[in-house]
Amino acid sequence: MSTRHILLGLLAGGPSHGYDLKRRHDDRFPEARPLAYGQVYTTLQRLVRDGLAEVDGTESDGGPERTRYRSTEAGTRELDRWAGQIAPPAPFVTNEIFAKVVVSILAGGDPDAYLRAQRAAHMARMRELTAVKTAHGADLATVLSADYALNHLDADLRWMNTTAARLTTLTAEVDAA
Amino acid sequence: MNTTGENPVPLLAARDLVKAYGRSEALRGASVGLDAGEILAVTGTSGSGKSTLLHCLAGIVRPDAGSVSYGGARLDELPEKRLSELRRTEFGVVFQFGQLIPELTAVDNVALPLLLAGVSRADAHTRAGEWLERFGVRGQAGLRPGEMSGGQAQRTALARALITRPKVVFADEPTGALDSLSTEQVMTALVHTARESGTAVLLITHDAQVAAYADREVRMADGAVAPVGVTA
Repeated sequence: MSTRHILLGLLAGGPSHGYDLKRRHDDRFPEARPLAYGQVYTTLQRLVRDGLAEVDGTESDGGPERTRYRSTEAGTRELDRWAGQIAPPAPFVTNEIFAKVVVSILAGGDPDAYLRAQRAAHMARMRELTAVKTAHGADLATVLSADYALNHLDADLRWMNTTAARLTTLTAEVDAA
Repeated sequence: MNTTGENPVPLLAARDLVKAYGRSEALRGASVGLDAGEILAVTGTSGSGKSTLLHCLAGIVRPDAGSVSYGGARLDELPEKRLSELRRTEFGVVFQFGQLIPELTAVDNVALPLLLAGVSRADAHTRAGEWLERFGVRGQAGLRPGEMSGGQAQRTALARALITRPKVVFADEPTGALDSLSTEQVMTALVHTARESGTAVLLITHDAQVAAYADREVRMADGAVAPVGVTA
């Protein structure tokens, strides 16, 4: 995920300082890894260097001085460009699950047992995510994030089910031969 | 709540069920237990025996061999009259297509189980209105099934299945014909209501995202309950 574009997106709502941007990022993307403060400030400095953001002022509120940033016109254009850019629909063929099943077949292991255990782990995670998104008061960002994860886990599961069925057919053919 | 399915006395249990239709064996030794208040998903490919298992557990179909027990007593040995009474008072059933009566309005459909149980017409309609409200379809109370969306019809069917506060709801692909957002509305309504009222749910589905609403999942293959993988 592009941190610079996420920060530009958060700045689109108005000027903000690094601490507030980090907090809003973590609220909006609850399933993502929380941003480190250092990463926020480094990214903001690069946005300023590239003319995509600028310093709006400083404030202290009795505490340490904090720099407020705002997006520039170039920043707005860059955000529009990025937001409309299609992400490559690349299949995740290097996925660990896929690799383990292939290696297990090659090595004469028990891919069926692995698939059953992996399937159970996927279902357990899907139950957790479903509980999160259907909890009373779940906000839109949490629901969207859970939906995204659920749909990807579901795709994995469908692949695992198809693979398990193929393995059964293959085994039956070998046994009959 | 028992999440392992190994409670010694589940509310509803199938043991070594066998059922054939002609030469086709739908169940070949299926065993499963459902605890009181538990939401259990039964998944599996088409033809794996999921629906036949539900029909046997709900007393709709009698198995050729094996046993079904409910509350510790043999369900499969009950006379038809007692079985019918049990289905009316303690079980609720929802299918893929809600099986609402097309000539009746939503509120009349939902009130029907209460009317059959001898509740007065006025009381039955008041309570049916409350259950439609609970499932977010009060505004459709005066519509007939053909005038509602699929999701609205299924939520009406759920209200009808739950209005008698059954001990067990049997749901066979209740969202099979719905889009993803309607599925979410139907499943959220079903799960929240079942948990509030302590109703156990046996949920048949081929959809993993629907199964994820359940407390536990068992998977069927070739007419039997397959071993579920455990993670280290």
